[in-house]
Amino acid sequence: MSGLMFFAIVLIGLLIGAYVFRLGGQAVTGNAPKFRDMSFGEAFGFVFGAALLVWALYYYFQPKVLDTGVPNAGVVFFRWAVQGFIIAAIAAFVFRFLGRMVGTEGTKKLFRSMPLTAAFGILVIIIYAVVAVFAGVIAPYGQAEILGAANVMAGGDPALGGNPDYPLGTDQIGRDILSRLIFGAQNTVGIAFITTCLAFFIGGSLGFLAATLQGWLDQLLSRGVDVLMAIPSLIFALLLMTIASVWANELGIPLTIFMVLIIAVIDSTRVYRLARAVGLNIVVMDYIEAAKLRGEGLGYLVFKEILPNAMAPLLAEFGLRFCFVFLTIAALSFLGVGIQPPLADWGTMVRDLAPFINFAAFAPTAAVTPLLAAGAIALLTVAVNFVVDWMLHKSSGLKE
Amino acid sequence: MFVVSIVIFVAVNLLPGDFAEAILGQGATPESVAKIRQDLGLDQPMVVRYFDWLVGMLTFDLGTSFAQLNFANFGGAGSVTVAEQIAPRLSNTMFLATVTACIAVPLAVTLGILAALYRNTAFDKAANMFTLSSISSPEFFMAYILILFLAVLNPIFPSLSNIFEGMPFSERLEKSMLPALTLTLVVTAHMMRMTRAAIINLLASPYIEMARLKGLSPMRVIVKHALPNALAPIINVIALNLAYLITGVVVVEVVFVYPGIGQLFVDSVKIRDIPVVQACCLIFAAAYILLNLTADILSIVSNPRLRHPK
Repeated sequence: MSGLMFFAIVLIGLLIGAYVFRLGGQAVTGNAPKFRDMSFGEAFGFVFGAALLVWALYYYFQPKVLDTGVPNAGVVFFRWAVQGFIIAAIAAFVFRFLGRMVGTEGTKKLFRSMPLTAAFGILVIIIYAVVAVFAGVIAPYGQAEILGAANVMAGGDPALGGNPDYPLGTDQIGRDILSRLIFGAQNTVGIAFITTCLAFFIGGSLGFLAATLQGWLDQLLSRGVDVLMAIPSLIFALLLMTIASVWANELGIPLTIFMVLIIAVIDSTRVYRLARAVGLNIVVMDYIEAAKLRGEGLGYLVFKEILPNAMAPLLAEFGLRFCFVFLTIAALSFLGVGIQPPLADWGTMVRDLAPFINFAAFAPTAAVTPLLAAGAIALLTVAVNFVVDWMLHKSSGLKE
Repeated sequence: MFVVSIVIFVAVNLLPGDFAEAILGQGATPESVAKIRQDLGLDQPMVVRYFDWLVGMLTFDLGTSFAQLNFANFGGAGSVTVAEQIAPRLSNTMFLATVTACIAVPLAVTLGILAALYRNTAFDKAANMFTLSSISSPEFFMAYILILFLAVLNPIFPSLSNIFEGMPFSERLEKSMLPALTLTLVVTAHMMRMTRAAIINLLASPYIEMARLKGLSPMRVIVKHALPNALAPIINVIALNLAYLITGVVVVEVVFVYPGIGQLFVDSVKIRDIPVVQACCLIFAAAYILLNLTADILSIVSNPRLRHPK
């Protein structure tokens, strides 16, 4: 109840503050238009923002450790978050600055019109790609290598149960978490990328085929896709994965291959929809007619005439689709049917390390390990989304 | 719907290995396997079984869970039908979805309107960044962040939601608060962005210009003039997200150990309990299709031009 009272008092205080702010502004500036026409909501927004900023500063400089010797975990996390945010912003700014300075005239121009969020997204994607490709070189240990000590705390501080050899600690059976995170980039991102490419190959070619040929093939494919889309994708994927896991055992084929195929097929239905819709708009163009009259074959029509003209929407869709595939794979792994144990994978790591989160109040560093893996997933999807958002914004020419 | 049921049935029956063998384990004699198959009706051809199942489905007789039957055979207290097993779980999930919808829908629409009203300000940009991040993070990330801050650091809500029958409503609400909040975060973001986009799309229309020139306040222009016209896409998005709620619930239920239908689904998938898996899948698909249908109908109802065809 006291919490509710506190909330009410703060709210009333802010409302009064907003009123005073507007009144004061009008008095000080001699009724300048900005203050005269300011709505109460806007004034409230300013005061609320200022209050939030003051509170954040106050909270940031709270002591890290309480008098009783227990670490003040909330403050620790808050500092990390703020520092991470500032570092990310600076990194994105520097990256954009560099992009504006070096490179050809075209890339310079591209960087000049780029918002900071998009620069951040591109930077993150490049880092992930580099880490994924060179995982074997960067990682200090192997991904399945079982080292001496299990359950080493993160932070590398021996006093808190850490070990400088393993900066992020080790998991329940003694594998280095940092190495597994790095290899996770290779496995999770790599597999998601392959799956998305496959989905685009299947969905794209079938969609264009349906758009070009039309008739019964179009009907058949479209109705089939409708049926598949009526089943929620995660549920369907789970169902098929269970079936596949038994097959995989019997046939001795790695489950991961089945997973790639299943998710590719499920996602290709969405790609098919888009490709068909875009393709239908293109096949009625005059140049397609001309190509048909020239006597070009089907392959030429699809790959040389339709595909280049449908590239822009497909590329944007590729980014979004990649996010979905990536999240689906992570969710499947999290539920225990995705990428299988000896391989490091972020979804599985989150599930395995999740119990550590309950120690957050005593040892903030311990709680961070499961969040790191989950955060790695989130960071990449956020980055891709930022870039796609920017691309869409740019290509649609939306200004509002 | 009919075709979907066929797809689910065929897919499930592709599960290799047979439940009869799984029950009896290694030392199964061919005779006993045949006996159990006969009991369960597994010896009949697939088409016959399919129609049996479909007829049962229509009369709400979902069959008997294999696992429960097994339990009964070994001296358990009578077998439980799938319907009995699913019903409480389904109501739990519905409860969770309802709580989430009650928080998420008003929140999303209000935020969307505010973002459209104060577009291109700091508030809009902050909201945009926040929603984009929460759309693109996996549900379990959100779930663990919430556990960290609301359950471990500041013990406001319990991090495990073990709900049982006969629990008072307030306690139930408290226990299911964290999963509901997680789902709210995931769903609100999408709805809010679509609300904002739908309203902003309309702002260039002549009648909005007219309303502005009449001297109406920006809030009034948006709520009275833009919102009714933007209703159809907003309703569509809300319905889509509610459909998502029912399915996306799987991961969240596993994180919070919430006894809902999603967890039942994952568990029975793991033990290959065919009738339960089929029933769950069909329920999910039915909910999905029904909500989409409702969205179509509602968007027609909300638009007078479609309501009175010429």
